[in-house]
Amino acid sequence: MGEMSRAVHEPPTFLRRYVFSTDHKVIGIQYLITAMFMAIAGGGLVALMRMQLAWPGTKWAWLGRIFPDGMESGVMKPEFYLSLMTMHGTIMVFFVVSLGLLGGFGNFLIPLQIGARDMAFPVLNMLSYWTIVPACLVMLGSFWVEGGAAAAGWTAYPPLSAVRTALPGSQWGQTLWILGMALFIASFTMGGLNYVTTIFDQRTKGMSMMRMPLTIWTMFIASAIGLLAFPPLLAAAVLLLFDRHGGTSFFLPSGLYFGNQLLPNSGGTPLLWQHLFWFLGHPEVYVLILPALGITLDLLPVFTRKPLFGYRLTVYCLYAIAALSMIVWGHHMYVSGMSPYVGEFFAIGTLAITVPSTIIGVNMIASLWGGTLRFPTPMLFVIGAIVFFGTGGFGGIFLGNATSDIQLHDTYFVVGHFHLMIGGVTLMAMFAGVYYWFPKMFGRMMSERLGKVHFWLTFPAFYAIFLAMHYQGLAGMPRRYYAFDKYEYLQWLQGSHLHVSLAAFLLFGAQFLFLYNFFRSVFRGRKAADNPWNAATLEWSSPTPAPHGNWGEHLPEVHRWPYDYSVPGATGDCTPQTTPASVAPVTF
Amino acid sequence: MHTTAAITKTSWEGGVSPFGTGWSKLMMWLFIVTDGLVFAGFLAIYGFLRLAGPSWPDRAKMFHLDFIALMTFTLITSSATMATAVGAARKGQGKLARRFLALTILGGLGFLGMQAYEWSSLIRAGATLSSNPWGAPLFGACFFVITGFHGSHVLSGVIVLAATWVRSGMGLSRPEGVEVAGLYWHFVDLVWVFIFTLFYLV
Repeated sequence: MGEMSRAVHEPPTFLRRYVFSTDHKVIGIQYLITAMFMAIAGGGLVALMRMQLAWPGTKWAWLGRIFPDGMESGVMKPEFYLSLMTMHGTIMVFFVVSLGLLGGFGNFLIPLQIGARDMAFPVLNMLSYWTIVPACLVMLGSFWVEGGAAAAGWTAYPPLSAVRTALPGSQWGQTLWILGMALFIASFTMGGLNYVTTIFDQRTKGMSMMRMPLTIWTMFIASAIGLLAFPPLLAAAVLLLFDRHGGTSFFLPSGLYFGNQLLPNSGGTPLLWQHLFWFLGHPEVYVLILPALGITLDLLPVFTRKPLFGYRLTVYCLYAIAALSMIVWGHHMYVSGMSPYVGEFFAIGTLAITVPSTIIGVNMIASLWGGTLRFPTPMLFVIGAIVFFGTGGFGGIFLGNATSDIQLHDTYFVVGHFHLMIGGVTLMAMFAGVYYWFPKMFGRMMSERLGKVHFWLTFPAFYAIFLAMHYQGLAGMPRRYYAFDKYEYLQWLQGSHLHVSLAAFLLFGAQFLFLYNFFRSVFRGRKAADNPWNAATLEWSSPTPAPHGNWGEHLPEVHRWPYDYSVPGATGDCTPQTTPASVAPVTF
Repeated sequence: MHTTAAITKTSWEGGVSPFGTGWSKLMMWLFIVTDGLVFAGFLAIYGFLRLAGPSWPDRAKMFHLDFIALMTFTLITSSATMATAVGAARKGQGKLARRFLALTILGGLGFLGMQAYEWSSLIRAGATLSSNPWGAPLFGACFFVITGFHGSHVLSGVIVLAATWVRSGMGLSRPEGVEVAGLYWHFVDLVWVFIFTLFYLV
């Protein structure tokens, strides 16, 4: 049905081809570049925070000119610090990692790796991108409204988020935050529905579910849990908006005082928001990390030249993680006043997640075992992702357990842990993915030399920051503190804060090397071969870069799983998925 | 694309839709799941607040349950007419399908009109988002937000049905389009059954 015509007609105008494009590859690249832009914004915010933490209360006259409200005369105000922290979290979680992994790689790879010409609904796909653009603008623009950007944390806990007089950022900044999130949820829903429908219905002949690359599996599962978890947050956000502007008290109890004034609200409870937020919030971290694990697992066989270890088991573990992720949100609320029995339930569920997670981690390591390892830039980042997954996961054991979490809750231990997982693993996988699929996107290679330098700056700097934060947390450093130096028991941490800040500046700076490499290689990079990494997955069976419609007249037919490397009896160490069984034996 | 030759072992082997449906129908089912979860969220919030609250007003004193029953009856009837329209469209009886689509739209509009009447009588009695004459201020908040959210769904359903009606008049609508619109309509009606039960009866 229309398959042929869709293959040949390329959009004629520049606007339709590169701006309002319905081609999944263009939309994927648009998402990816938007995510990079937002990452610079989110990184810039944290650079300001780290300046305050390294040299508390220092006067930066030039910054005072850029932020006349937040840094009047160059000294950072506490409210401004809270806005920075809130927006850093929001931007990084939703507008960098979600956008880059699901929007970017999801759009780019799903049709290519399952053998489809495009998404099931190309126009809806375009719409989802053009919904995220205003969401980004609303979020960034909120810094310039009265009171500044939202300051209640990326979790937007009431009453700070629900009472407009609570903080300067609780005024219009918080309203715009809700608006931006609503746009994001709308965009994510459009994208997620499209992904799931496409993966169900658009797989090419022979591409059974159990022959899909793990990137596609993880995109599928991540979209599914996103679609299940975001709706309750949407409901909660609507109610929060009513609390702020309609005079309702869904999240506000009686007896609240702000500025010596008793609020008229009664009947609600902030705990309700916490439940609803974390019912989304916890599955959301798996929405972020599963695609990162998928990319990591997908790239491993390419650079070890041997089949992936434990494919089937990994798929089952992904399902187990997805199912468990929906019933463990309470482990974010151990100190919110919870019956110890309920806490025990959430602790057992959370620790149960370590089982499938560990199996996946072990499968990664076993995939390395006995392979013919090669270390181009993507592989370095893959190794980085595995290392962060291991280290970060180790910290999770302490936080998932109510007994130890009560001590560690809201400390830098938590900050260090989740940055290693949903910051580190995802960042490493995204970089690996960009270096790896760049030739597919632009027909050119990125510079290997710059890529290696980029890795050897990024990886140690990342570790230096977030491993140190674990120790700061054990020492009792609470998160979100603007002026830790005012507390005697924290003053001795000054040196380690300086260390973290310097490493953070190095990490931030190193990313400009990546951006330079990226944009330079788009135009100047070495021309890539059709299958530059000699990989077996389906996307490399189309010309590089892939044309509109991805394949010529005929869609490819799939005869084997995506990881047939070094098959005994086959010619060469890589047997593409399109190779029929008559040419090389099917091993899976 | 639905050639039987392409089905090698099972319909999950690729090259065919495993459910034997078009993309838009599958997408509508998935959308209904997510949208249903928004309502589930709202109703869970409502349950939480009601159980946590000290007292809840007596609904029998505030609403005329006969009237609410009539609203419910109208909406459920519109589901029946919708099902007839889908069946007719599938058999290629375009005229009959359009007639029953029109009846469904009328049912939807009737429901919305009755809801508007119910809202205005409650507002005249003094109910607002933050207070109401029967105590428990959260009752008014829950009532207006949840029934309002459902009402907006009915309204968008009416718009979708009207668009389908116009398109089928111009010969643009395929039977599956009517069916997809119908799926959404049944969903909106089903949600009302939950709201009716949990809000007015229990």
